[in-house]
Amino acid sequence: MHYEPVLLANIHKQQSHTRAIYEAGGGYRGLRRVLKEMSPKDMVGLIKASGLRGRGGAGFPTGLKWSFLPENLPGPVYFCVNADESEPGTFVNRVQMELDPHQVLEGIILSCYATRASTAYVYLRYEYYLCRERMQAAIDECYAAGYLGKNILGSEFSLDVFIHRGAGAYVCGEETGLIESLEGRRAWPRIKPPFPAVEGLFRRPTVVNNVETLACVKHIIDRGVPWFRSMGTPPEPNNPRDPGSFGPKLYGLSGHVNHPGFYEGPLGISVRQLVEEFGGGVWKGRRAKAVVPGGLSTGLMSESEFDTPLDFSAPMRVGCLGLGTACVVVFDETYPMLDFLYNSCRFFAHESCGQCTPCREGTHWAVQMLERIKRGRGRLVDLDLLLEIGDSIGIIPGSTICGLADGAAWPIKNAIRKFRGEFEEHIRRTNPQGYMQTEPVEAVASLGAV
Amino acid sequence: MLPKSPTLFTMPTILIDNREIEIPSGRRINGIEAAKLAGVDIPYYCWHPGLSVVGSCRMCLVEVGTRDPKTGKISMQPKLTPACNTWVGENMVLVTNSEKVARARAMVEEGLLLRHPIDCPICDKAGECVLQDYHFHYGQKDRRADVAPFTSRRRDLGDVTLFVDRCVLCSRCVRFTAEISGTKELMFTGRGAHEEIDVVAGFPLNNKLSGNVVDLCPVGALGDKDFLYRQRVWYLRRHPGICTGCATGCSIWIEENQDRIYRIKPRENPFVNKWWICNDGRYDYPQVHNPRRFSQPQRRDGGRLVEIDWGSLLAELREQLRTAGRLAAIISPFLSVEEAYLLCAFIRGLDAEARLVVGPVPVVGEDERFPKGFTISAEKCPNRRGVEAIVAHFAHEVASFDQLLQELDGGTVHGLWVSGGYKTDWIDEAAAKRFERLTLLIVQDLFPSPLAERATYVLPAAAYAERDGSYVNRGDRLQSARWAIRPPLGVRTEGSLLWELSGRRGLYNSQAVLEEIAREILYFSAIVGPMPVPETGIDLKGNLLA
Repeated sequence: MHYEPVLLANIHKQQSHTRAIYEAGGGYRGLRRVLKEMSPKDMVGLIKASGLRGRGGAGFPTGLKWSFLPENLPGPVYFCVNADESEPGTFVNRVQMELDPHQVLEGIILSCYATRASTAYVYLRYEYYLCRERMQAAIDECYAAGYLGKNILGSEFSLDVFIHRGAGAYVCGEETGLIESLEGRRAWPRIKPPFPAVEGLFRRPTVVNNVETLACVKHIIDRGVPWFRSMGTPPEPNNPRDPGSFGPKLYGLSGHVNHPGFYEGPLGISVRQLVEEFGGGVWKGRRAKAVVPGGLSTGLMSESEFDTPLDFSAPMRVGCLGLGTACVVVFDETYPMLDFLYNSCRFFAHESCGQCTPCREGTHWAVQMLERIKRGRGRLVDLDLLLEIGDSIGIIPGSTICGLADGAAWPIKNAIRKFRGEFEEHIRRTNPQGYMQTEPVEAVASLGAV
Repeated sequence: MLPKSPTLFTMPTILIDNREIEIPSGRRINGIEAAKLAGVDIPYYCWHPGLSVVGSCRMCLVEVGTRDPKTGKISMQPKLTPACNTWVGENMVLVTNSEKVARARAMVEEGLLLRHPIDCPICDKAGECVLQDYHFHYGQKDRRADVAPFTSRRRDLGDVTLFVDRCVLCSRCVRFTAEISGTKELMFTGRGAHEEIDVVAGFPLNNKLSGNVVDLCPVGALGDKDFLYRQRVWYLRRHPGICTGCATGCSIWIEENQDRIYRIKPRENPFVNKWWICNDGRYDYPQVHNPRRFSQPQRRDGGRLVEIDWGSLLAELREQLRTAGRLAAIISPFLSVEEAYLLCAFIRGLDAEARLVVGPVPVVGEDERFPKGFTISAEKCPNRRGVEAIVAHFAHEVASFDQLLQELDGGTVHGLWVSGGYKTDWIDEAAAKRFERLTLLIVQDLFPSPLAERATYVLPAAAYAERDGSYVNRGDRLQSARWAIRPPLGVRTEGSLLWELSGRRGLYNSQAVLEEIAREILYFSAIVGPMPVPETGIDLKGNLLA
């Protein structure tokens, strides 16, 4: 398959993170043109027409999100960039900010112009040290060049961009958690409504967008809507609520493959294509057992489902949460699913903010059971309990405030529903005396910090 | 009821569990409050009408939908929604009794009990614990989770004790210190299942409203150090009362067992104290059981006071007062309006020119105002406004306490009735000396004082929890309460004593006196005849304007 990279076009150049190299490749031309020719309203219309959907995981249409901002409201509108890339297995935003920060920055400036925001905060993951250096250097270069600050390029538009470094909590990637954290409080996601577009940062209208989404905005301005819509999957004809999945996408690939890394392609390539063509196949000549299709939250895809295209709707048809971040983690045939599920549950129990009862207690309970199963004291009834936890937590059943509980639930549901035989076999083998027990048993001491 | 006109008084109609309910317009209410109007209980932990909505306990999950007003067709949302964050409007449909809702509640209840020590037998909250009640109503029948070893950790937070393992992390107490007291001592530490309530070392929970966090706690996590382990709650009876600690006049519950008060709790009153009371009022009750209190009438016999029986004392007092000469009375701002009225009427009945004076009004510092408006008054008595209105009715010009002292020095007053009831020392040796020229001094008070030492008669006073009566607070709101406990043997309440002295028949009836006051005095005319005063009181200001 031939594909000319757009989002990653600059990264192999020397000094790709500097303004000189970025401008030599045509950077900031779009910004100059937009400030002269387009109104913010035109821009929102353009992004709406492009069908761009948020790349952060949920795939909400970006133009629609921007249009929720109240019009003619006096006072500031805030723009937040979600660069708290913490989803396990995900690392594409990092590449963009380290190797092409100006591309992201141009996207930020354009998006702030469209949303009439005069202050943007880049909420950066704590561990991304180099990103912080490069992004800050890029911001400084932009101030010097007049792309940021008062009256950008002689227009009426002014913008300040600040980098805010997180403190290493997964929940800060949830947009209202991010907002709370920016305000200096515990990152407890807020109950909605009100939505951030109405009442967000400092109780003002706020937009939160992902890094990759903003990079796409820049390219839509440069290359136009028809180019953007020439890639991807058109809307499903029988589903009037599917806006389709268009545009380029960054794919991350890790786990048991020969060539792990990050790749760019159109939305909608299949898992098999990604693993075989980009990743050079499963390592050590083995077969794949399953993949995590887009960050741990999205659940599991078994080998038989590898022909599923990676777009915003297809993963749901095989029981996954969604596209997520499109960062695929591959497990080979020897990898025990119990270990996967235990690790996954441990992660979510550790990162649960502790606000909503079902998530706080459910994730903890799941870890407790899985630890016991790993210790050889599992019961078959545990699998049903795990499924019940999986089915009852999250915003899809409605039992939690934020979607991170869904992320905790999906690996449980997928792993047990798709690999139940393997779990049962393990339980019967390791606990031949007690596997049929249904009465409550003694808890095992924790294996490690959760 | 107001007439229903489509433009002026449209009341949104909503459907709760298939019952149509009209929602009073004017105030935004949520699903929990709306359901309450319909007589449907929605369980909740984190929500509280006086605090911000966080929607985190997820106990109040319900199904929400809308009804098409034309076709009557109902469409429900697929997700469960917390009722606390669902603001009701026209055509809303709430379902609280479906299988789906029941399952969600059972799941939350089971989750909360996973790590809970279930130590109800040694928990102060048992019997009034929401976690207990909800478990029986909505919980899973059997435990399905693993059985972990028992843990019970205590943490001293300052004014209260935290039983760490019992906490359900509803965050009410944290929000209270952030929003109502404004002191922000409490916080969360840890994350997920390791989350705990704590304070920063060196900055304990220490503010004048801190006792309220114990009331807010739906479980037994926050323990009141004063009440802890002193009484099982099912032995307590509670009586509506009015705090007499300051001129705010908070509505309270007086909780007693066999005439002994064990704790004071706030009683909801939207016009006065909302849901809160201050620690001064909450921990003020031991004065009622103070052993220093007078418990028997005393008469000066030679140089000293001797305890006597009530016997024929009343007739003796009446006779003494009748023959004393010029009379005066000090009307304490701790008296209820009924008692003040009876006392004024009694003294004026004996001497139509008698001096009537409002007793000293204790003022300590300045009013303390908290962020959402709760105020502790500097004026540390419950009824200055009430007794002033009564005295003004009888005396036309209200003489001050200092004026009375001067008249005492001049020797123009011969017999004086002093009503006290003060909780602290209210008169010093020097002032008391000026009462020495009186031929008759009757002191009715709670505690010994330099003045009582000089009295001809000392009558034991009854404490606030022992008396019927009404008080007018700083905002001109009159509130009534009945007695909660009986006074100690040998103590007659002011009301019954004055009732009998006035020659009235039968038992003291404060309601009858209040009706009389309402008929006679314009200030009290908002009180409607024989109707009992509502639990939240009556605003007397309205009639002042009219």
